[in-house]
Amino acid sequence: MEYTILILLLPCLSFLLIGLLGTKLKPVAAGTLGTVVTGIVALLSYWTAFSYFGAGRDGSGVYPVLTPWNAEWLPFGGGLEIDLGILLDPISVMMLVVISTVSFMVHIYSFGYMKGETGFQRYYSFLSLFTMSMLGLVAATNIFQMYIFWELVGVSSYLLIGFYYTRKEAIAASKKAFIVTRFADLGFLIGILIYGFYTGSFSFTPDAEVIGTAKVFLPLALGLMFIGGAGKSAMFPLHIWLPDAMEGPTPVSALIHAATMVVAGVYLVARMFPLFIGYAPDVLHITAYVGAFTALYAAVVACVQSDIKRVLAFSTISQIGFMIVALGVCTSADPHEGGLGYMASMFHLFTHAMFKALLFLGAGCIIHAVHSNEMSAMGGLRKYMPITHLTFLIACLAIAGIWPFSGFFSKDEILAACFGFSPVMGWVMTFIAGLTAFYMFRLYYNIFWGKENKELHSGHKPHEAPLAMTIPLIFLAAVTLFAGWIPFGEFVSSDGQAYHIHIDWTVAATSLCVAAAGIALATWMYAREDRKAADGLAARFSGLHKAAYHRFYIDEIYQFITHRIIFACISAPIAWFDRHVVDGFMNLLAWISEKLSWLIKGMQSGYIQRYGIWFLGGALGLTVILLLI
Amino acid sequence: MDFSGIFTYLYTEIALVGVTVAALLYDLIAGKQGRRYFHGFLCTLMLLFIAGTVIPYHKETVEVFGGMYVYSPVGSIVKSILAIGTLIVFLQSESWLRREDTEFKRGEFYVLTLSTLLGMDFMISSGHFMMFFIGLELASVPMACLVAFDKYRHNSAEAGAKYILSALFASGLMLYGISFFYGTAGTLYFDDIVPGIDGSALQIMAFVFFFTGLGFKISLVPFHLWTADTYEGAPTTVTSYLSVVSKAAAAFTLMVILVKVFGPMAEYWQTLLYIVIVLSITIANLFAIRQKNLKRFLAFSSISQAGYIMLAVISGTPYGMTSLVFYVLVYMAANLAAFGVISAVEQNSDGKTGMDDYNGLYKTNPKLAVIMTLALFSLAGIPPFAGFFSKFFIFAAAFEQGFHVLVFIALINTVISLYYYLLVVKAMFINKNDTPVATFRSDWSTRLSLLLCLAGIIVLGLASCIFDGINLYAFGM
Repeated sequence: MEYTILILLLPCLSFLLIGLLGTKLKPVAAGTLGTVVTGIVALLSYWTAFSYFGAGRDGSGVYPVLTPWNAEWLPFGGGLEIDLGILLDPISVMMLVVISTVSFMVHIYSFGYMKGETGFQRYYSFLSLFTMSMLGLVAATNIFQMYIFWELVGVSSYLLIGFYYTRKEAIAASKKAFIVTRFADLGFLIGILIYGFYTGSFSFTPDAEVIGTAKVFLPLALGLMFIGGAGKSAMFPLHIWLPDAMEGPTPVSALIHAATMVVAGVYLVARMFPLFIGYAPDVLHITAYVGAFTALYAAVVACVQSDIKRVLAFSTISQIGFMIVALGVCTSADPHEGGLGYMASMFHLFTHAMFKALLFLGAGCIIHAVHSNEMSAMGGLRKYMPITHLTFLIACLAIAGIWPFSGFFSKDEILAACFGFSPVMGWVMTFIAGLTAFYMFRLYYNIFWGKENKELHSGHKPHEAPLAMTIPLIFLAAVTLFAGWIPFGEFVSSDGQAYHIHIDWTVAATSLCVAAAGIALATWMYAREDRKAADGLAARFSGLHKAAYHRFYIDEIYQFITHRIIFACISAPIAWFDRHVVDGFMNLLAWISEKLSWLIKGMQSGYIQRYGIWFLGGALGLTVILLLI
Repeated sequence: MDFSGIFTYLYTEIALVGVTVAALLYDLIAGKQGRRYFHGFLCTLMLLFIAGTVIPYHKETVEVFGGMYVYSPVGSIVKSILAIGTLIVFLQSESWLRREDTEFKRGEFYVLTLSTLLGMDFMISSGHFMMFFIGLELASVPMACLVAFDKYRHNSAEAGAKYILSALFASGLMLYGISFFYGTAGTLYFDDIVPGIDGSALQIMAFVFFFTGLGFKISLVPFHLWTADTYEGAPTTVTSYLSVVSKAAAAFTLMVILVKVFGPMAEYWQTLLYIVIVLSITIANLFAIRQKNLKRFLAFSSISQAGYIMLAVISGTPYGMTSLVFYVLVYMAANLAAFGVISAVEQNSDGKTGMDDYNGLYKTNPKLAVIMTLALFSLAGIPPFAGFFSKFFIFAAAFEQGFHVLVFIALINTVISLYYYLLVVKAMFINKNDTPVATFRSDWSTRLSLLLCLAGIIVLGLASCIFDGINLYAFGM
């Protein structure tokens, strides 16, 4: 399966080609090149998945781990080396399919969405860069390669968030995203170094005997790695960059900040799962609590936001919380005995990528139609945009967890895993599932039902998006409809053995009821033309409403800590020290160098006889020194 | 006894003699018309020569001619690197050789250059001090002719005189040192001399005298004084040949001799190298900061680079040997790129080589400015260019052997060097200029050479197989 290297090489080439040719390439040509390449990559990924899973399990009943391509890149001696290669196992193959599919859809969609934008070529080259980096991240053969691509993903995310670089908000958002995730990545890097130092390799599966001595440090290393994952996956309190990242073009939000990059943290934990479960189960459970709190927090905040992209952003944070929780509640590697969460998490990652990309792309169509992100500019759009309306509804039902949409199946497995861990966790997550249903349908009704903003729509009638944008919607909606029936456990499970998914109907019934209640509440409050019920509720809990609307002032706390404490009390004195003492010392050094070089310039007199004297004098001087020591 | 087998170990030298003779004959036979194709003919010949010798044929170290000549796989790799460097220099020399005042003697240029290359190849493979000395002289004497190639230009003639006088002085001192070794050990064969090395006072002095000869070639402080004047005065292509190929050969030979012959005196030569490295890097940096002429500037840069190369020598390990060869390769790509740009600008702008002349180069010749920048970045050791990796390996080699302070000093000097390398970049990109170098299009030959160097700067560091490949052979050292 050596051809898998093409999956990385092709987007890399298209990035270089589009990026280097720049505006010499016509926008259409750049877009077509990027799209065709991604299409080929998607086909290659499908073919890889088909032949990988088609080849069947090995003797012990698991899918073999293949490295069809590997190169030693940087040897350090002592067995420690950094390799670059491609690793195929069930989860990486699954991720290849997810990433290339969503990326392909976003490439097509962007034709319509970005039409006429300046920097169209730049946009497509960055998309290619991102696709390459993300595919490299999931196909990494070792933790260091993963880190390299992890940073590349971060860079491309930064570039795309700041795509509209003339807008102040976009610049601030891109910087925020980069700095926050980079800060978290520091933890990741330290974790990798500790891991490499004590196990003597960067491999995902170090030798058992080596681990014996490194055991003590593994929890620390894995915990630090999780901090990196939490940064990328926007776990509380490192989530603050993701809502702001919505300043980027909407297709980018769909690709990077909903479907692929933000789940890198989940993927990281899944990748290190055998080590987590074997040597650091406590750390794993901590991640579960972090995930659960994040899911709850983000769901509450999502209930009151007025910018539709922000609602989706907080919903993403909340859903990633679900995935992390599912991994965190695992207590063993056996899916029948507390290991169900692994499969559930990966399953939810898969279904969520599809329906969340669909939601964002739908939101893009809406924004395209009404030229605003605010709910107040919408309402009653179902008449104008039937396709967007229908596909958006499908996605809402899926994320709310209604049978038979895909979200139902994956969320059911997560809830079952949570109940298996502890009833409290189970009920908390069920409650959040209800909240999810509520805020998604609040969003849905506010956009497509309710009172139409007549004065805004009178001059410019909202219209359905062009074909390039609706085709991806329809495709993703179809996937969302049917993905739940995939026997996911047959492909991915915590111990690699085939696992037959069976629906736990008590859990399913509970979650269905809660979801239905959430939807009903949203219908009662927001489906009508008048908003009495909603406004009354908001007025009664005005304190909570205001706090939630301001995202519980987390950003302000960060602002306070960074500006008032770090900048004013730590950075300012350091800056003074740097300017006066360090720079002074450097200036002194420069002054000394200058004087010294002036002093010794006589050496280079140009007279050959003096050169001879230096030559001989140097030789004799060196002899004397050697004799004296 | 069957002698024919012996000659298979000399395949590089024999092929090189073939190329040289072919060049000589072509120069004699071809008329004015035929000379137009001389360049293409010779480059093709060199390409064939490189293609035929780039991978070592024999995988083990073998002594032939009673130990006079030693074939080693890693030496063979160095010879290939030198040949590639020479080819690039030939490619760059075309725009200069085409000028009216040099056109008629282009054959001389080729033959002289190839002769020095032959000398270096013999020096690398020598197993006896006499053999080594002959190789060294074969590499030195034609070099002086090359330096003075533009003999009617005052600078070039002066540079040639300075070079040959310094070289004679260094050779004399070195021979003097070697004679002491013959006196104390009774032989000049590398292998046989080892038991006779006892580190007596006489031998220490003899060793330092021997060292000056190679120190001169590599231009280490305090044997470097000729460098700046010669580099500035010599034709630019000769300067680039001098700064890369000649230096690389001498550095490699030095390491082989130090490890093989002077192993028992390791303590002494490590101290000696320690001092010389600190002096070379620091003093060269101090001088480089002040330079206003780009060729002179690169002369001091190359002295400081030589100091870095010595870091690999001081380690004395196979890993150090690998990193030396790798460093030389990477340095060659970067330095030849820099000199290639200088040469192109010089030929197309009536000999402008001042730093101020490069102000605003990016506006008029963006591609050249970018290549120069990348070359300087690689020389300064900025990732992800090859220079970063080569410096990393060199530092790792010295660090491994416990030279922590030395590596630290070298690191600090890297920072200083970044300052002056960036000065040039600043001149090209930021500084304003009312009369910048006019936009021009260089010939295919120069462009090809720059492209080769550029590929080297980018690919060498990232493609780990190259370092690993060298490493494979270095253990046979």
